[in-house]
Amino acid sequence: MAIAELPNNSVEAGLDALALPVGGRRRRRRRILRVVVPKLVAAACLLGVWQLAVSLHVSADYVLPSPGDVWQTFIDQARAGNISEAVWTSLRHGFEGYVLAVLIGTPLGLLIARVRMVRYAIGSAVAALQSLPSVTWVPVGIIWFGLSQTTILFVVIMGAFPSIAGGLVSAVDNIPPLLLRVGAALGAHGVARYRHIVLPAALPGYVAGLKQAWSFSWRSLMAAEIITTGPSLGLGLGQLLDQGRVQVDMRLMLMAILVILAVGVLVDALIFAPLDRTVRRRRGLDVA
Amino acid sequence: MTSLALAPRRIGTGLVDEVAVSMEAVGKVYGSGAERVVAVEGVDLEVHRGDFLCLVGASGCGKSTLLSMIAGLDRPTRGRIEVAEGRPALMFQEPALLPWLTVADNVALPLRLQKVARNTRHARVAELLRLVHLEGFARKRPHELSGGMRQRVALARALAQTTRLLLMDEPFAALDAITRDVLHEDIARIHVATGVTVVFVTHNVREAVRLADRVVMLSSRPGRVVAAWDVEIPRPRRMDSPEVATLSACVTDRLRDEIRRHGHR
Repeated sequence: MAIAELPNNSVEAGLDALALPVGGRRRRRRRILRVVVPKLVAAACLLGVWQLAVSLHVSADYVLPSPGDVWQTFIDQARAGNISEAVWTSLRHGFEGYVLAVLIGTPLGLLIARVRMVRYAIGSAVAALQSLPSVTWVPVGIIWFGLSQTTILFVVIMGAFPSIAGGLVSAVDNIPPLLLRVGAALGAHGVARYRHIVLPAALPGYVAGLKQAWSFSWRSLMAAEIITTGPSLGLGLGQLLDQGRVQVDMRLMLMAILVILAVGVLVDALIFAPLDRTVRRRRGLDVA
Repeated sequence: MTSLALAPRRIGTGLVDEVAVSMEAVGKVYGSGAERVVAVEGVDLEVHRGDFLCLVGASGCGKSTLLSMIAGLDRPTRGRIEVAEGRPALMFQEPALLPWLTVADNVALPLRLQKVARNTRHARVAELLRLVHLEGFARKRPHELSGGMRQRVALARALAQTTRLLLMDEPFAALDAITRDVLHEDIARIHVATGVTVVFVTHNVREAVRLADRVVMLSSRPGRVVAAWDVEIPRPRRMDSPEVATLSACVTDRLRDEIRRHGHR
C-alpha cells in the first residue's frame, strides 16, 4: 500500500496501547471460592435449623422427618431406580414442552414486535398470559385431552411460550434506534435486516426470555404432573411427590421436592446461565 | 492493493468538474400548521468528485438533515438531490458498531450485504484495517477498544461500501483533543490515498478549515447556504498552524454575525 506513513503513527499506536486493559487475569479459583462458600454455609445453616427442630420434637415424625430420614429415603428410592426414572420422565416431558414453546413463542414474539396490527390485536393478551399461573390450565387440559401426555405438554407450553414471546418483544423494542439506522445506511433490508441486525441485536433479551421460560416450564410441568397421575403417564417427579401424599409419607414428599429443586437449578446452571453469560460477555455487558 | 484503487488526486479546487453530489433548491419541512418547522430551505450545492467539503453552522442549521437526505435516509420535501454513484457511506457521531461482531466482522458486514465472495472479503477487510492502522485488532470486539479506535473501525466499515462518497456527521465530536488530531490525520491521509469524496458536517470551525477543500456555511432556521470558502492552505495542515487560525477566525466571525442575527428577531 503506497500510503505515506506519517510521523504521528507512533502517537496513534501509543493511544491504542493505552486503550487496552492492563493487569493480569482474574484469579478464577478465588472467585469460585467466594461464590461457592456462602452458598454452602447457608445450606448448612438451613440443615442445622431443620435438624434442631427435629431434635427438639417440635412436631411428630410423620409431619417433620429428620434430614437423615429424607436422605435415607433418597438412597432407597435411588436403589429402586425410581429417582432416575422420575428425573428422566420429567426432563423428557419438560424438554418436549419447552421446545414446542420455543417453536411457538419465537415467531409469535417476532410478529408482535414487528407487525403493528398483530401487536394491537394480541400483544397485551400474551403479556397477560405471562402473569396467569399455568396450573389453571391443568383442569382445562384434563377435560380437553384426558389424563394423557398431551395434557402435560399443553400445560408446559401454556406456561412457557408467553415468556419466550414476551422476552423477544421487549428485546426487539429495546434495540437502540442507532443500530437500525446504521443497518439501513449499510444496506441491510428485508431478510438481511433481520439476519444481520434485528435478531442478533435482540439476542441477549431473547436468551433472558429462554432462561425464564425454562423455569416456567419446569414449574408448569410439576403442577401438571402432581395433578394428572395415571398408569399411561409414567412416573415423573410430580407423580412421585403425589405418591408421597397418597401414602402420607412426608419423607418421600420432601425428598421429591428437593430433587425437583435440584434438577431445575442444575439445568439452569449447566445450560441457561452459561449461555446468558457468554452472550452478555461477548458484547461487553455486565456479567453479574 | 487492488480494490481500493488509488484515484488521481485533484490539485487545488475546480480542476476536475465531475460532480459527485448536486443539490437544487433543496428544502425540508417537518410537521405542518403551527408545528411546522422549516429545517432546510433553497439549498443549491455541488460537491465535486474527490472534494473534501465541510458543512459548518450553529446548532439547528439543518446540517445533519441535509446529510441524511444525501444519504437517502430522509427525503427532501422540495428540490432535487442527485448522487452520482450509488449508496453513499455514512458515519455518525457514535461509531455505532455492532457489539456482537468482531472488528473484522463489522468491517466485513457491508461487503457481506453486497454478497462479495468470502476470499475477496477477507482481503478487503485486511486492507481496510491496515488503512486505519488497526491490523492487529481484527479479532477484538468493539467494547474492548477506545472511542478513537471504534471510530476508526467505523471509518473502515464506511469505506468498505463500494462507494466514492463518504458522509460524516460530526464523527469526531465525542473524542478527546489528541485522539481527534490523530483521526484528522487519518482521514486526511485516507482522503488523499483513496480519492473518496467527503461531505463532513461539523460545528467546529477549526476542524473544518483543518480538513476541507471547501467550507460551506449554513444559516440557522431555516438552513440556507450563506457563505463558502475555498481553503487553499497546503497540506499537511495542523489545527494550530497560523494559516488555519487566520481563516478559522474569519469563518468564525461570519458565523457569529449569523448567530447574532437571530437575537434581533
